[in-house]
Amino acid sequence: MDLPLDFATLRLIWWGLLGVLLIAFALTDGFDLGVGALLPFVAKTDEERRMVINTVGATWEGNQVWFILGGGAIFAAWPFVYAVSFSGFYLAMFLVLSALILRPVSFKYRSKRASAGWRSFWDWCLFIGGFVPALVFGVAVGNVLLGAPFHLDGDLRAFYDGSLLGLFTPFSLIAGLLSVAMLVLHGAAWLSVKAEPGPVMERARLFGTVAGVLALILFAVGGLYVAYGGLGYRITGALDVNGFSNPLRTTVQAAPGAWLDNYGRYPWMLIAPALGFLGALAGLVGMWRRSAPLAFGGSSLSAVGIISTAGLSMFPFILPSSINPQSSLTVWNASSSHLTLFIMLICTAVFLPLILIYTAWVYRVLWGRTSTAALKTNPDLY
Amino acid sequence: MIDLAVVDLSRLQFALTALYHFLFVPLTLGLSFMLVIMESIYVMTRRPIWRTITRFWGVLFGINFALGVATGITMEFQFGMNWSYYSHYVGDIFGAPLAIEGLMAFFLEATFVGLMFFGWDKLKPSAHLFVTFMVALGTNLSALWILIANGWMQNPVGAAFNPDTMRMEVTDFMAVLFNPVAQAKFVHTVSAGYVCASVFVLGVSAFYLLRGKHVGFAKRSMTVASAFGLAASLSVVVLGDQSGYALTDNQKMKLAALEAMWHTEPAPAGLTLIGIPSMKDRETHFGVHIPWVMGLIATRTIDKPVEGIFELVATAQDRIESGVVAYDALEKVKADPTDMAARAVFETHRRDLGYALLLKRHVADPRQASPEQIQKAAWETVPNVPALFWSFRIMAGIGMFLIAFFATAFVLCSVRMHETKWFLRIAVLAIPLPWIAIEFGWILAEFGRQPWAVDGVLPTFLGASSLTVPQLWATIVGFTLLYGALAVVEVRLMLFAIKKGPFHEQETFGESDPQQPDPRPLAPAVA
Repeated sequence: MDLPLDFATLRLIWWGLLGVLLIAFALTDGFDLGVGALLPFVAKTDEERRMVINTVGATWEGNQVWFILGGGAIFAAWPFVYAVSFSGFYLAMFLVLSALILRPVSFKYRSKRASAGWRSFWDWCLFIGGFVPALVFGVAVGNVLLGAPFHLDGDLRAFYDGSLLGLFTPFSLIAGLLSVAMLVLHGAAWLSVKAEPGPVMERARLFGTVAGVLALILFAVGGLYVAYGGLGYRITGALDVNGFSNPLRTTVQAAPGAWLDNYGRYPWMLIAPALGFLGALAGLVGMWRRSAPLAFGGSSLSAVGIISTAGLSMFPFILPSSINPQSSLTVWNASSSHLTLFIMLICTAVFLPLILIYTAWVYRVLWGRTSTAALKTNPDLY
Repeated sequence: MIDLAVVDLSRLQFALTALYHFLFVPLTLGLSFMLVIMESIYVMTRRPIWRTITRFWGVLFGINFALGVATGITMEFQFGMNWSYYSHYVGDIFGAPLAIEGLMAFFLEATFVGLMFFGWDKLKPSAHLFVTFMVALGTNLSALWILIANGWMQNPVGAAFNPDTMRMEVTDFMAVLFNPVAQAKFVHTVSAGYVCASVFVLGVSAFYLLRGKHVGFAKRSMTVASAFGLAASLSVVVLGDQSGYALTDNQKMKLAALEAMWHTEPAPAGLTLIGIPSMKDRETHFGVHIPWVMGLIATRTIDKPVEGIFELVATAQDRIESGVVAYDALEKVKADPTDMAARAVFETHRRDLGYALLLKRHVADPRQASPEQIQKAAWETVPNVPALFWSFRIMAGIGMFLIAFFATAFVLCSVRMHETKWFLRIAVLAIPLPWIAIEFGWILAEFGRQPWAVDGVLPTFLGASSLTVPQLWATIVGFTLLYGALAVVEVRLMLFAIKKGPFHEQETFGESDPQQPDPRPLAPAVA
């Protein structure tokens, strides 16, 4: 069948869409995770905690769909990546799932009973549900940059040599903590938009400032590690960007420092790391000057920049293999078929704008700060 | 070689998490539409009692919905975690409906569900009804896409194996979309969800009526549930997924197995109402037969035969032998992608490749298989007959009972005899029945699909990830503890909310409507 877009273009578009989904997840559910991780520290009394929970109470569920959709989109557009990464990071994935399973029930069940012990238990579950996924996602990205220990056999079945503890290397921990810092900053910025002015917001400001400074430092240290830590892979053989999705037909070698190649070749890509730094700085300035739009805008731009930096540095790699570079998954060899990519693009073009429209409508209806006074009159609040 | 212990544990984990997930889904599917009905009555009549009714069932909906979402996350990621080779092998087709489910359905329900709970005071009644409707639409569309994915596993249309990428790739997306098995499964499954919610609402209302509490509330709820439930229970059986059973060899095998029909019977085939099927003897002891019925159900005719297990095994054996030819040609293409002769041979035998893969359970290279191994593999295409036979009878038996149950409820509500004691007692006791039927329905559908992950394409044992037994035990134990604890919490909160009753919130918080609802209206129930 003749499709209006060639295979290579569709692969490139879907690589971009993968980035869009991850960024949308970080921007929306990211502040839910950040607020969850901040909950026990910024809110002390039950009333304060309910107020904080209800700043995300009505929208976290929709936000989380970016994560679910991310999983579905990777499955549909990058089945190799879905198959290799989720089974390769098996126990880490289980940790994330357990933490995310706790979240819906914690939101829903926490305020259904008056007992202090009951509520405190679910508050800590919300903390786990925010902190653990944020950490593990960062650790996972760190490991992707390092290369994962897998290889493919002739039937393209994946095998692994790694372990759960093996995922925690110095570099991946930097990435994990960077992810936590980035999302805590984002969560604190959200509270500056949505929470009632008062002690909670002041505490959030303090934690947000610390997180913002840490994010700047960790992003810089991570960048140096990428440059001098021996990371990177390169495609060395012939490359057919329109070829069949068969990883074994590409030749790849480990090439320390190669993750900086793209910035030499396409200097415009430096916008991404610049955005990562400048966004976090803007977020910090917003915190100091008590400007909610600047704080939230800054933390959002910072997340866009940091995630884009990871993706652009590796391009065209998506998941390199550390033990058998030949098995590495790239934009050109790990996608689904030409037809599937095209059909999924049509579906996305139809539904993504709709999603944005109704999500915007819901946020508009729920616009305004969450007040502690409302907790006494509205029985539907968590 | 494949580690069969890993395969078995992966299957166990999938069965546990999927069956657990589906404890919450049917109530979500049905209750969401019942909320739409109740709220529509509120918007039309503006009587506050209907708002109270909607909000109360909404609270129970929310408690259930939270766990449905939580356990659904596991389902989305488990294919990649535990079924890595499956994900690679069929991701090109199977991934698409899952992604579209996120885009089209899950986003809709999840975005609006928050507003449904939080927006009562922020929206006009008609706008809030729209929000509730979007949640119901989203949950039901969600089921549509999941069942399109599942239907493709039962009847893999619109796809072909590509030797260059070593996987199935889509050839005709419309065929995947309009797969008759998927369509039948969708109607059957959502109807079952409506039945489940109706039984739940009816049962809880009956509990209130038996206690003499919240009488006006309970009678109105009961009326909605009996009408909705009667329509739904008829649709589950009439539009059951029997119609898909004549389509493929595996679906025919499933039908033969659930009927324990060992040999092809001349048309029109009889139905074995009850009996004791034996896998060892390959026959059914003490069978009680009803002539004609089976032929009518399965083929919708009186002149087409329904194939038996022995005959289907013979077909499987032929397909295994043809599949070995395809396998041999594929190995040649793998060694030399330019070997055009091998590609031509592969094309002619391509649709039987999956049957050759069945041999990998016994021999690493299917080309080396002995005739005995081929025969053994052919017999392994028979699923567990007694398990299917009984699952089907439990499911169908409950289905028939529920039609009678809702017909009775409908008549009683129509003649305003809501407080018929014996019926109310049955209604409370009947609450678990739809869940039992639904779980056995899934056992029938998926256990009956064995030994295939995708019918005729990929055997289940080849689909698993290269994990280790300790890894699997870690997650099985983890999921069991987590899910077990959450189930206890969920049921307790449900009972707590039911005990508090529908008027608790107004008593605590005051009603924002100018008109206070009468907590115990004495007028007859139907609005």
